[in-house]
Amino acid sequence: MTTTTKTADATTAPTAGEAVLDARGVTMRFGGLTAVRDVNLTVNSGEIVGLIGPNGAGKTTFFNCLTGLYVPTEGEVRYKGTVLPPTSYKVTDAGIARTFQNIRLFHNMTVLENVLVGRHTRMKQGLWSALLRLPGFKKAEAEATQRAMELLEFIGLQDKAQHLAKNLPYGEQRKLEIARALASDPGLILLDEPTAGMNPQETRAAEELIFAIRDMGIAVLVIEHDMRFIFNLCDRVAVLVQGQKLIEGDSQTVQSDERVIAAYLGEPVAEDAPAVEAPAKDAPAKDAPVEAAPAKEAPSEDEDDASEDSPSDDAPETPEASADEESSEDTPQDPASGKENDA
Amino acid sequence: MTTISENPQAASVSKRDEATGLIGFVPAKAARALVLGGAVLTVASCFLSWTWTPAFPGDLTYYGSPAGLQLQVLVLGLLTTLFALSSYGVKGTRWLTPAGADAAVKFAALATFGTTWYTVAAISISLGGPVNLEPGGAIVAIATLVTLLGALALPFERPTVLPVDPEDTGWDQFKHRAGNGWTAFKGAFATTGPARKLPPMHSSVEILIITGILAVALGVFTYGVGTEYDELFLGFLITAGLGFAAVNKSGLMQQATQLTKKHQNLTIAGAFTAAALFPFTQTDDQYATLGVYILIFATVALGLNIVVGLAGLLDLGYVAFLGVGAYAAALVSGAPTSPFGVHFPFWAAILVGAGASLVFGVLIGAPTLRLRGDYLAIVTLGFGEIFRIAVMNTDGTSGPDITNGSNGIASIPNLSIFGFDFGAEHSIAGFTIGRFANYFFLMLLIMAVVVMVFRRSGDSRIGRAWVAIREDETAALAMGINGFRVKLIAFALGASLAGLAGTVQAHVTYTVTPEQYLFAGPIPPNSAFLLAAVVLGGMGTMSGPLVGASLLFLIPNKLQFMGEYQLFAFGVALILLMRFRPEGMIANRRNQLEFHENDETPAPLAKAGA
Repeated sequence: MTTTTKTADATTAPTAGEAVLDARGVTMRFGGLTAVRDVNLTVNSGEIVGLIGPNGAGKTTFFNCLTGLYVPTEGEVRYKGTVLPPTSYKVTDAGIARTFQNIRLFHNMTVLENVLVGRHTRMKQGLWSALLRLPGFKKAEAEATQRAMELLEFIGLQDKAQHLAKNLPYGEQRKLEIARALASDPGLILLDEPTAGMNPQETRAAEELIFAIRDMGIAVLVIEHDMRFIFNLCDRVAVLVQGQKLIEGDSQTVQSDERVIAAYLGEPVAEDAPAVEAPAKDAPAKDAPVEAAPAKEAPSEDEDDASEDSPSDDAPETPEASADEESSEDTPQDPASGKENDA
Repeated sequence: MTTISENPQAASVSKRDEATGLIGFVPAKAARALVLGGAVLTVASCFLSWTWTPAFPGDLTYYGSPAGLQLQVLVLGLLTTLFALSSYGVKGTRWLTPAGADAAVKFAALATFGTTWYTVAAISISLGGPVNLEPGGAIVAIATLVTLLGALALPFERPTVLPVDPEDTGWDQFKHRAGNGWTAFKGAFATTGPARKLPPMHSSVEILIITGILAVALGVFTYGVGTEYDELFLGFLITAGLGFAAVNKSGLMQQATQLTKKHQNLTIAGAFTAAALFPFTQTDDQYATLGVYILIFATVALGLNIVVGLAGLLDLGYVAFLGVGAYAAALVSGAPTSPFGVHFPFWAAILVGAGASLVFGVLIGAPTLRLRGDYLAIVTLGFGEIFRIAVMNTDGTSGPDITNGSNGIASIPNLSIFGFDFGAEHSIAGFTIGRFANYFFLMLLIMAVVVMVFRRSGDSRIGRAWVAIREDETAALAMGINGFRVKLIAFALGASLAGLAGTVQAHVTYTVTPEQYLFAGPIPPNSAFLLAAVVLGGMGTMSGPLVGASLLFLIPNKLQFMGEYQLFAFGVALILLMRFRPEGMIANRRNQLEFHENDETPAPLAKAGA
């Protein structure tokens, strides 16, 4: 059953290029703070779209709006033409799966069980079916297990199916989270910093994995700070700064856009940069010193919005992105605890 | 102990190669001989008279016939002898210690020593001095001491410890030395490796072995329930506890687990059969009473394990659902004090009881399950009390007349199913089965239902969703799990299982009063004891709550002398267990997996950069 939907997607994907995800005017306010302001974004089938921006730009908040963890204050999100319900599990049911910035596996479950949980929405057996072992129960369990094993094979963890998730090394935990998301047969998968904390080899492996997911006919929306990774991978890149979308386009457009360079990328990425590994990675790192600690994203986000909504704050610049070179430098000062991570 | 006085710096460097025991000066061969000799002597001296007067309970004055505590020492002495022989590699005894004999010998010697010296001390204290010991008593004391010393002198692999920093302050050095000593001490009792794999056997042999294990378990349980005086029960606790540890260290337990896992359904069926045989081992109804109460307690604990162990919902008012079931059944039982003059047949009463609990579970769960963690615990604690107070007040004066207030509903008639009167004695195959034994069988059936529900629901889509919610609710929601609905199902299912047990409880106890359903009290079941049974036994396991409930019921029941200190002792035991074995007495499959996996793979990497 699962394979049929996949192939259906795969056939339509490259030809039609219809919008899988269509977010219109999404605005998210927390009290007086506007974390995301009037963002439009579409993801077409068969596409990999990147979402970048300095820490605190509202990327994860935007993700949470898409997946129903937050209900957007304004705007609407459509998935394949229908407006998404505002609850997390219904969004997954509709066909959007996600991973988390800080890995959220079920630590005390086995690798296989983790993927089976991801399969939840595609199984219909309830309590009575389980208690009375109604006909179809065993079949459904076997099917789900088989599908889960296929996915584990896909990410290369089939030999560790019976291990506890918490005993996996970091990189494999990331992969497992992706497999778990794929288990719900999504039409769109949202990856929140899938290569955070990975070494270059692992990052390249993740790249391959994401291409493979795209080839399965699943559209991908990915947040990442690794620019090499993003520009290699994505068909389109959207830049989010201070809750607003600055620009959207292919990697060339984005990389050469002055405002993006000013707000996020820092000094221009040289044309030959991809050949040299270090400079490409270092360039953004200089101007975004908090990059290495994504956990701080949420506080800094609040701070950004605070500076926007109350000009008396220490950042008197206009919200115009071109003007706040310093914005990423004065981020770590807001001690407010990360709302986002609590959600 | 002795190691603390040893010099760890020197020991860790020079002595590691020779592998000495905790008592260093005895050569290994002599130590092993001491163990064997001491154990044999212990066995022999169990046939001697230990005291001159029958005033000590159990009458240990006879030559040639071990009684009471002597019997326990005899069993332990035999166990030690067998393990010691096995450590010599004597043919025919090697299978006894698949995980290495030395640790098992140490624990067995410790168990023998503990029980014997407890007995000797009890005789001396209760009769007024060691002068009351016959030579047999003195011999057994010395023999067990020799065995223990020999066992402690057995060489073991010393764990590597850090030498003491000479620049530390004296207090820090002392702490460090003490820590090193403790590590070495623990190392002395550790097994050297995992148990050997079982040789391939014909499945009928395996089934025979399982039958044997279950028979032993039934024997131990029956003996424990049937202990007649405090000394015997305390001795039983020491014997069973340390003896179990010895068998565990020998690796036999691991092999038994392998077998029972292989034939899981059969083992469960066998366990129920063994439990059903329990009334037949009794001559009167006295201990069947205990059996019924244990079963009621254990059934409710198992129901709570679905809510707490699987779904992770800390429910501190769970006993209220038992109460709802019991009251519902009592109200429709035709009891004269019930304001409803109806008398439902049992099948209807059980539906009413479980149904009422289900309704209350949904009513209480629906508003509260939106809370997480501590808040849920507080609210359920409140609802547990609200139930009790509401029942207290619906007595016709403070409120409508439904439950008869604090007097409760009394004189609940005995059940009668298909003409089988549960109140009367029946004779089955020459055995007399009394009232409580009848209810014991009924309760066993209900427990079978609960066990089935627990197993089947746990191993399914909904069971995985429960565990996922327990692990990380946000991630579970993002996986498409309707968290509220799934939690409500767990809560309501747990409630109705408790109600099921409550319907039988009402008939067993004749009376239901609000005071039976407290949050905490000296008599189980109450919410605190139920939770303790689950936690002590092992959360998320099936056998854990059963073991926990049995112990928590038996110990206060048997040790009457503890009296007012019961709750205190209970608290101390709880703290100790949580300190030294936080996963509970019976570790979860997942925990076992975890320990197993730590042998092969390194610990997960730190979450840096996440």
